[in-house]
Amino acid sequence: MYGTGLWRGLRVTLKHFIDTYLEDIRYGFRRHVPVEAFPERQGLEARGTFTVQYPEEKLATPERFRFIPFLVVENYDHPERPGHDWCTSCGICAKVCPPQCIWIVRSDDPETGRPIPEPAEFYIDIDICMNCGFCAEFCPFDAIKMDHDYELASYDRTTAHIFDKQRLSKEFRYWQSIAPTRAAEEAAARGGWEHKDVLKQKQREAKDKGAAAE
Amino acid sequence: MTEHAPTADTVLPADDALNQLSARFGDALQRDTRPGYEGLIVDPDHLVAVATALRDDLGYDYLASATAVDYLGKGDHFEMVYHLCQTSGGPPLVLKAQTPRETATLPSLVGVWPGAEFQEREAWDLMGIRFEGHPDLRRILMWEGFAGHPLRKDWKEAYYEQDQKPFDSRWPGGHVRRAEELVPYGRNVRYPDGFSPEDYEEIAETPQARGLSSLGPGVEVEELATDRLVVNLGPQHPSTHGVFRMSIMLSGEEIVSLKPIMGYLHRNHEKIGERNTFIQNMPFTDRLDYICSLSNNLGYALAVEKLMALGARYQPPTYRAEVIRVLMAELTRIVNHIWAIGFLLNDLGAYFTPMMYVINERELILDFFEAVTGSRMMCNYMRFGGVAADLPERMRSEAQLLNDRVRDVNTMEYLRDLITERLPRAIDQIDTYLTTSEVVTNRCIGVGVLTREDAIATSAAGPVLRASGVPYDVRRADPYSIYPELEFDVACRTHGDVYDRYLIRLDELHQSLRILNQILPRLVDTEGEPIFAGRGGMYSPRVPAGEAYGRVENPKGELGFYVVSDGGQNPWRYHVRAPSFINLTPLERMCVGHKVADVVAILGSIDIVLGETDR
Repeated sequence: MYGTGLWRGLRVTLKHFIDTYLEDIRYGFRRHVPVEAFPERQGLEARGTFTVQYPEEKLATPERFRFIPFLVVENYDHPERPGHDWCTSCGICAKVCPPQCIWIVRSDDPETGRPIPEPAEFYIDIDICMNCGFCAEFCPFDAIKMDHDYELASYDRTTAHIFDKQRLSKEFRYWQSIAPTRAAEEAAARGGWEHKDVLKQKQREAKDKGAAAE
Repeated sequence: MTEHAPTADTVLPADDALNQLSARFGDALQRDTRPGYEGLIVDPDHLVAVATALRDDLGYDYLASATAVDYLGKGDHFEMVYHLCQTSGGPPLVLKAQTPRETATLPSLVGVWPGAEFQEREAWDLMGIRFEGHPDLRRILMWEGFAGHPLRKDWKEAYYEQDQKPFDSRWPGGHVRRAEELVPYGRNVRYPDGFSPEDYEEIAETPQARGLSSLGPGVEVEELATDRLVVNLGPQHPSTHGVFRMSIMLSGEEIVSLKPIMGYLHRNHEKIGERNTFIQNMPFTDRLDYICSLSNNLGYALAVEKLMALGARYQPPTYRAEVIRVLMAELTRIVNHIWAIGFLLNDLGAYFTPMMYVINERELILDFFEAVTGSRMMCNYMRFGGVAADLPERMRSEAQLLNDRVRDVNTMEYLRDLITERLPRAIDQIDTYLTTSEVVTNRCIGVGVLTREDAIATSAAGPVLRASGVPYDVRRADPYSIYPELEFDVACRTHGDVYDRYLIRLDELHQSLRILNQILPRLVDTEGEPIFAGRGGMYSPRVPAGEAYGRVENPKGELGFYVVSDGGQNPWRYHVRAPSFINLTPLERMCVGHKVADVVAILGSIDIVLGETDR
């Protein structure tokens, strides 16, 4: 009969309509559902209302989430090298960057003129950055990482969107907090929680000590 | 595994064609003997005759891709490259015709394969090759006030810095500056000689106003003496899925001709791609068809892997990498098809209700993408010889803020529940909701019919081609990755109308689920195996000189990447055979005789994404 297909379809709409109220009924028509309800609302069992009330509620980002990169520096309470750059200014991130949004000034030793492994300046133009994550993926020193802080709106793009070294630097502790699993994996690959060069230095010293003892 | 080396018992399509045609054309048809290249080079004078013979006698009825390459400094000629296929399956035959840069003229093949129409216009627009005999050779992506042909190697753009990335100004003395500070506003625009933007009349751009008929020269139509009305639809119109524009000529309420006008989202993806290094193109492919970034990644990775396979030290991707690639590609197909169905209903006037129901399911897949690749849509996940990272053990998010809502589930369990329970249920729900609904059937059945012959001739691809009764699917016709060992059927419908194009997407959703159900045990079996053969993930892979055409069955149709390498760090030519673009070639044939409201439904059933159409 003409129209039966339409009615069968509208039953689906009706079911969805009722489903949107189930949560409200269960939680007494509160404005925001409690945190416990979140896995239901956004999980595989979700029915009815599916949305998150941004900015009152936010979806936490998964570990691999990538947004504008940041530079890893030693923790500010590090006993030996507080706030020291992990970056050695090797330039791989600047070379692999698809939109070429990374600018690095390598520092040179004023006496010998030879490069020293830390950047004098480091800029990222976040207007150009496409959040691909290549810089973090190919950095041999785990010194540049993709951030999770996506709320970067500003009123003036001409002055606020070129991030310098100071703006980009974040403690190593921060990286551990946003991506604990990956930070641990990387540390295992390096052979310790410290920077690759520090670990090498320590190995060398231990070796020398061993040689001296013999 | 992708194996491209010719073996003794397979005859290459080029050899076969040469054997059959050399008696007729003699020296006009020659094997391309440059190292790393394949196919046949034909003398331009015989191009149309050879093409006709290939189509009629050898069964190459489908023109997959046509594009031009500028060999500036490497012979100083333009080369038009045609990839021809048989709809019965098999690898493409590559046909080439060369013309000196000064004359830049070739005969048009629109008469042989009407699907060449837009592709030749694109070659004229971007490369400046004139096609003699083309019925409507106008610019297609640029406007008339654009100076030059941007894909020529000697064309430099307004913010030109250097021929190839990485730019020298970034390191080691990288003092930051914004590009627009160098080129003040208003000073970076050039016009062709004799062109004045003040005198430019937009109406002159409307094809009908210039007396172009849709039916081609020589066709006389008996008409009533009625006034004709040109209606402009788009570019700012929600039904065009972006910034697509159509110039429609109406007789009464009936459409007598329709010309698509595109390019509003054009950013010269291919020029950017030639400047990038090979790996740098990967995130740019995400931005083509932004609904299906993972299968775009796959197509590009296949093309470059084909090139790398020409070299000695190439190791193909591991089995686990291939399993993950197919998993991602098929999930992407589900995302795309439910999105296309939702949008089709939007175009039919159901507004956002069906759309929102399907977006729920899409969200769940995107959550998985985000946990694995780091991004919901711009995934940038495939690498040459593998994938960027293995699946994480848990899909876990970390709270940074008080109001963050945290998720922590086992990835494989999530995937299993999604594929075996949630998605089948959702697809059945779409079926119940829409398939028999009179709103859908009345608006869709018999509307926008594309016949089998027209679909093949106009190079339609994907669901559009298969809904017209051509069971052509690159996954079966020219298999890649691990598709040969997977069981699935090529969905095919015969009516070629909007309703069949809707049904075929439902069929393909079921087939994708079937594939995913076979992928799940493979994922479990390969757990812990490497995702790269050898030491993968290099940022500057060695790509030998040569050419390669990587093709995948994207949800929207055949997505091809034609990549030419000169052995350097950057591709010499990087061309995208975009299904959303070429599927618009038959749009006019589908629309003529219908009403304006049907155009919206027909366009929705083709399912275009402007990021890919305009590139």
